[in-house]
Amino acid sequence: MSPLKLHLLLAAALFAVGLAGALTRRHAILVLIGIELMLNAANLNLLAFWRYGPNPEALNGPLFVLFTIAVAAAEAAVGLALIIAIHRRYRTTRIEEIRRLHG
Amino acid sequence: MTLPFALLAGLILGGAIAAVSARNRVHSGLFLAASLVGLALVFLRLGAEFLGFIQILVYVGAVAVLIVFAILLTRDADSPRERIANAPVSGILIALALFALLAWGVLLWNPGPPPAAIPALPVKALGDRLLRDYVLPLQAVGLLLTAALIGAAVIALPPPRPGAPDAGEPKR
Repeated sequence: MSPLKLHLLLAAALFAVGLAGALTRRHAILVLIGIELMLNAANLNLLAFWRYGPNPEALNGPLFVLFTIAVAAAEAAVGLALIIAIHRRYRTTRIEEIRRLHG
Repeated sequence: MTLPFALLAGLILGGAIAAVSARNRVHSGLFLAASLVGLALVFLRLGAEFLGFIQILVYVGAVAVLIVFAILLTRDADSPRERIANAPVSGILIALALFALLAWGVLLWNPGPPPAAIPALPVKALGDRLLRDYVLPLQAVGLLLTAALIGAAVIALPPPRPGAPDAGEPKR
């Protein structure tokens, strides 16, 4: 199997693990951990395609990864601030108990 | 499959599975850090040394530590242990189905021959591209980071107590 396919399979497995974590855990921070894993799997895909794809000297893959890392850092900061604010307000971070906006 | 890749894949997937299934939340954060270190090593092996070090700096150094801090700050009076959802089967099934779909696509796909030489990732060329072709997205990301950090600080501020003088308004 070519190394590109191996990296893509690893990224798919990492994405699936992150998705399972985000879907099954009931704690807001653990959902955030799952989302971080999924973002990192996407980064791995971008770099694998840059390394083994055609036209690598255009550096599009690494540039995408740079921007993704910056956006993911902003997302993590805002998400954790929201979780801390929710914890202060409701004394819980379990997402099934935060039902103020429940329809 | 080479042995280093297999070891790194085991570290990444093992750390990720342990992170999303650990009952102790602090352990989850630390397993996440281990998984991200493995991913940074894969980046290094792919020839993207700069991005591997960025990954260690930003993810392991900042995001994972931030997550562990948030876990410790929001620890309830009871134990930090937590039960998994009552019916995690459907979530796991959805994830497995997604992995099967992606793996099916990857295995059926027939890419061309990989390039012979490892492409170089000169940091100088990366900076050239960033400041020439991608200067507008770069500025947008800078604005986004500034807004996100200010917003995070404002959101996490303690709410003003009723009766306490509001610091934001001038006193009459």
